[in-house]
Amino acid sequence: MSIVRPYGDTTGDGMVQLSFTLPVPHDKRAEGAAIQLANKMGMDPALLVHAKPMGDGFTFFVVYGRVSHLVDTGQVQVVERDFPLLSAKEVNAVIKRRLRRRLNVVGACIGTDAHTVGIDAILNVKGIAGEKGLEYYRELSVTNMGAQVSVPDLVETARREKADAVLVSQVVTQRDAHLQNTRAMSAAFREALPAGKRPLLIVGGPRFDELMAAELGVDRIFGRGTTPREVASYLVHALVGGSK
Amino acid sequence: MAGKLDLDPRVVREARALAARAGQPVVDLARSHTTVSVERAVLRLAGVRGADQDGIPWVNRLVDAVRADVGLEHGVAVPVFHAMRATGVDDVTVLAQKAAAGAVRFGVPLKKADVTAARRMARKATGDGLRTIDRRRAERERMIKRYGDPAQRPWIYLIVATGDILEDIPQAQAAARAGADVIAVIRSTGQSLLDYVPEGATREGFAGTYATQENFRLMRAALDETSKELGRYVRLTNYASGLCMPEIAALAGLERLDMMLNDSMYGILFRDINPIRTFVDQRFSRQVHARAGIIINTGEDNYLTTADAVEAAHTVTVSQLLNEFFAHEAGLADWQLGLGHAFEINPELPESFRLELAHALLARELFPDAPLKWMPPTKHMTGDVFRGNLLDGFFNLVGALTGQGILLVGMMTEAVVTPWLSDRDIALQNVRYVLTGAGNLHEDFVPAPGGFIQRRAHAVLAEAVDLLKRIEGDTLLNAIADGTFGIMKRPADRGKGLDGVAKHAEDYYNPVTEALES
Repeated sequence: MSIVRPYGDTTGDGMVQLSFTLPVPHDKRAEGAAIQLANKMGMDPALLVHAKPMGDGFTFFVVYGRVSHLVDTGQVQVVERDFPLLSAKEVNAVIKRRLRRRLNVVGACIGTDAHTVGIDAILNVKGIAGEKGLEYYRELSVTNMGAQVSVPDLVETARREKADAVLVSQVVTQRDAHLQNTRAMSAAFREALPAGKRPLLIVGGPRFDELMAAELGVDRIFGRGTTPREVASYLVHALVGGSK
Repeated sequence: MAGKLDLDPRVVREARALAARAGQPVVDLARSHTTVSVERAVLRLAGVRGADQDGIPWVNRLVDAVRADVGLEHGVAVPVFHAMRATGVDDVTVLAQKAAAGAVRFGVPLKKADVTAARRMARKATGDGLRTIDRRRAERERMIKRYGDPAQRPWIYLIVATGDILEDIPQAQAAARAGADVIAVIRSTGQSLLDYVPEGATREGFAGTYATQENFRLMRAALDETSKELGRYVRLTNYASGLCMPEIAALAGLERLDMMLNDSMYGILFRDINPIRTFVDQRFSRQVHARAGIIINTGEDNYLTTADAVEAAHTVTVSQLLNEFFAHEAGLADWQLGLGHAFEINPELPESFRLELAHALLARELFPDAPLKWMPPTKHMTGDVFRGNLLDGFFNLVGALTGQGILLVGMMTEAVVTPWLSDRDIALQNVRYVLTGAGNLHEDFVPAPGGFIQRRAHAVLAEAVDLLKRIEGDTLLNAIADGTFGIMKRPADRGKGLDGVAKHAEDYYNPVTEALES
């Protein structure tokens, strides 16, 4: 069965919950407006369970309701992991055997983005979710440039460190800063280095669409919930070849 | 509320003494150096205003001009005011404009009488700036008397961050009406690394609004209106951090901001600003805050976002003790020390809530007279907003149980979006529920003698003392270079802004420091 519906408490009931604010004072008309919005979003019947005035002229609503839409899981497009997930030990062994030198990784948050939480989770020894970061991998040589790194500095460091891969983290997404910064970064690498000499370009952040890699000029995008091990496995897959 | 943890007063005294010994070399360093931003702050207090057509402030142009001619090591006050006398210009901003056009040459006068005269003029001009700060402080005290302080502790601290000051203002006023006692305007992400303070009202920022004198003025005026309307003085917070920390401190004093984020090491660790630059700027900015009656907020919460909140709990204590030492040395009183800490323990960890209680109570008992700033979970906020709201409720409960002074309201949409209107409303509802239902629970809450909470607090304090011993032996600058705090390694000869630091010459003169230390 690839056709599914949302599940409330019975198969096929199609129940969803929704909350939103309308810029109107709370009264009967406001509640009607909330139901109208829910109807237009495909909720029918829509059950207004909560309405609360906030400040001057705003009302917050919670709506439960049934949607008639069907979802076909067979038609969903996602980037499936197309490489084997290796342990740290396996990653080190493959690099050692095949590359016969340490694999160089340079990481940074570029532009005005000061949120190092993403790049640190992937690179710092500390890691995330119980997985150690790339610094912990003996055969990876990691340079973490930290926050607010300029693109020219990143290119220069990548060149100096003979980076095999460059990891860029982007958390701030206001005014699409993450997309603009990524495009500027990939363009700078294309300009600075010929095709065979360019490092593998990887960006990560919670708000990226993993399907946009080609459009942004990078080799791979990692979305939310990515762990260091996935990144390390991908590096091995893309740069060193399979694990066998 | 002292005495719930049965801390050994000898250990507490030892911890303070170690922090003082570890901090003293840094104070000596700060007293013997100046920075471009300290000198620009002096000129701002002396009355230099505005910016050139490219938006570069005249203080930057003037300091650059002086520096090109005589260097920074004498301080800019004497060369600038000597040039005022020599050229007959009587407005420092006009002098800056002439200097930027290359029409003024700066020098340190050879004759003692000229030096004395220049110093006298500099003292008078900066004295006017300091008197404005004093007037603003008196104004705040009057308004607090008239409108009153918040009825409850902790004070409720809310953030606005739209990027546009004209959008921030109605949001801040709405937040105050909804119960916020303190409004913080988050800065644009890039600002900490700008080596100048932007000018004028700004409407373009990334994840925050630029800190400018005009934005400060506009927001303070709006909150004055709201204070009057609500019958409660609503405080305003901004950030004295980054490369322009001293200047922003001066502007905050001039525009009657009430609290400033101002951590002794944050810029070093999290913005890779040069350690010496930071410590010099820090000391000056804290002296200004002391004079302005501003409450500082320190940033210990940040250590816990990069390091593990249990393993690194003692680094928070160490940093609080260092921040306290540096603050006292700069003239700040205990009521001005919003020492920071945060609810960042992994909620999956068994006993995580008891550990949070132990850490929060330790801070409370170590600094009984400081209005501690209690900061909400961020690291373990996952996008599951329902769970996030529950975590924030437990965070609020720890705040109430341990008598925190300032409570930064946690948002269930942390790590998802910049807070929506409804997020703020839900968050405030959460705070109100906890403070109304359990606000006085601290009267009944006494941890069992020798129990889990007491033992944990003693263990963290003991680890803090051990770390302070290591820091003192190794020196604080080396400890920072080795990555002791927040895992970041920051050597003293690296980092941004180092080229803006100069060692004092024999004849260094700074009329503002002179006045603030007298």
